[in-house]
Amino acid sequence: MPLLSAQGLRKRYGDAEVVAGIDLAIEAGECFGLLGPNGAGKTTTLRLLLGLTEPDGGSMAMLGLPVPQQAREARMKVGIVPQMDNLDPDFSVYENLLVYGRYFGHPDAEIKARIPALLEFANLTHRADAKIQALSGGMQRRLTLARALINDPDLLFLDEPTTGLDPQARHMMWQGLRRLLGQGKTIVITTHFMEEAERLCDRLAIMDQGKIIATGTPRALIELHIEPQVVEVFGEGVEEWAAAYGRTLCERFERAGETLFCYTRDHDALLRQLSCQCALRYLSRPANLEDVFLKLTGRDLRD
Amino acid sequence: MLKTHDFRLPSLSLRFIPVWQRNFLVWRKLAIPALLGNLADPAFYMLGLGYGLGGLLPEVHGMSYIAFLASGTLCYSTMNSASFEALYSGFSRMHVQKTWDAILNTPLTLDDVLLGELIWITSKSLLSGLAILAIIWAMGLHASFAMSLWAIPLIILMGFCFTGMALVINAISPSYDFFMYYFTLAITPMVLLGGVFYPVDQLPALLQQVSAALPLSHAIELARPLMLGRAPSGIAVHVGVLLAYGSLGYYLALALTRRRLLK
Repeated sequence: MPLLSAQGLRKRYGDAEVVAGIDLAIEAGECFGLLGPNGAGKTTTLRLLLGLTEPDGGSMAMLGLPVPQQAREARMKVGIVPQMDNLDPDFSVYENLLVYGRYFGHPDAEIKARIPALLEFANLTHRADAKIQALSGGMQRRLTLARALINDPDLLFLDEPTTGLDPQARHMMWQGLRRLLGQGKTIVITTHFMEEAERLCDRLAIMDQGKIIATGTPRALIELHIEPQVVEVFGEGVEEWAAAYGRTLCERFERAGETLFCYTRDHDALLRQLSCQCALRYLSRPANLEDVFLKLTGRDLRD
Repeated sequence: MLKTHDFRLPSLSLRFIPVWQRNFLVWRKLAIPALLGNLADPAFYMLGLGYGLGGLLPEVHGMSYIAFLASGTLCYSTMNSASFEALYSGFSRMHVQKTWDAILNTPLTLDDVLLGELIWITSKSLLSGLAILAIIWAMGLHASFAMSLWAIPLIILMGFCFTGMALVINAISPSYDFFMYYFTLAITPMVLLGGVFYPVDQLPALLQQVSAALPLSHAIELARPLMLGRAPSGIAVHVGVLLAYGSLGYYLALALTRRRLLK
């Protein structure tokens, strides 16, 4: 039985169907990524799965309990890292963990026994008495993750856990999440960093306009949707070049802003041609998840 | 749009305790300025007006003006404490710091959070009321100590009443500025028409009718005889009004907050 599942999940706000019939089954021990442009319905899906809002249709179960009917009980063994940090600014790092642990009904002695290991995990042992305002963005994020672990959850939800973090802080977060996966925890993560999804997730679902439009392992999604080689061409005269050679030298090409994306199974002839074009610059690379994402959700801005 | 689902009855559970505890822990860090605020501000009002204005006045309703003012201040201070905590501090926790959202991610429900807040804010206003009661006792402005002890359950009832009302405003406020409507259109009329500073029967008939609809007037109708050592008359009506404002307020606040946070 999956650890977390949804069938035919729907949620509507006014005229807009924000979640328009979603099916999900997440197995124990996997890292599952929910990808999608802004407004695709990722956060609403998480809120539904957690039982924080009533669905307009469909059924859900989390850790063997029906949601939303027994969501409260299920959340005993769930940890949540929200999109916006909501640490308690009136408390120190240590007090944030203690106070949060009390919400799970754990006795103080038990919570206090768990805190040192969590501070260690978050690399915050030396900042235990610091005020939240004195922490960097990366430290606050790590503390939010540590706080989500106070009840030793089986299932972790992370809503855009590394948005706004610098590369060092992001790598540290990923390292922490891999350790948790190593301990057998199940992780559901939403992100729009494709690198994050590719590195961490066993399986992904790409969402757009309230629906899941593709699902699979990162590698399978790339193989299924994108030719293996991508050459990005940009510079003066790219349009003329595309008109002259685009159709013959690659299987498929797309314009995005001033860059031409050429997708191909064999890039040799393409690169030979480009090496004669002094005005153009190019970059040859293997296909990645971002190519899949942009192909499926389009290149238009989502504001 | 409120849905019928938002109006399900409140679920009452001891799970509210860690929410109360959280607020208490924050309060404890700032306990000295908080206690000073509870005590000093209303005390200066009471002493200043009580002596300054009281010297010009003969007895009011069979008591010195300062004794008259003391029972009004007891109610007024309790109401203010509950209203400020429910609005400014409650709104910070709900909307600005997102403390409630953080709590909703644990095995607590919004009903638990709101019950925790109701009991916390009532506790805090109890402290404010007790501070004034202590001044009354210290200055001997009460006729019978035993009778004045009845002020304690009255303070708790007022805390409940004014918290329930203020939580409705909290639930519908887009920002702190919105509270001005409540303070201008509800709190100020209660202070000036409810009988804090002068007897309600000094007012024209129409204003007396308005006064009779306001919960603070009913609280003062109970507090003043208690300080004179007498049993109030019409207890059931006064208690009923305070209970009705509090419980209808709380119920509506819960429905509105469910709509706001669980949508």
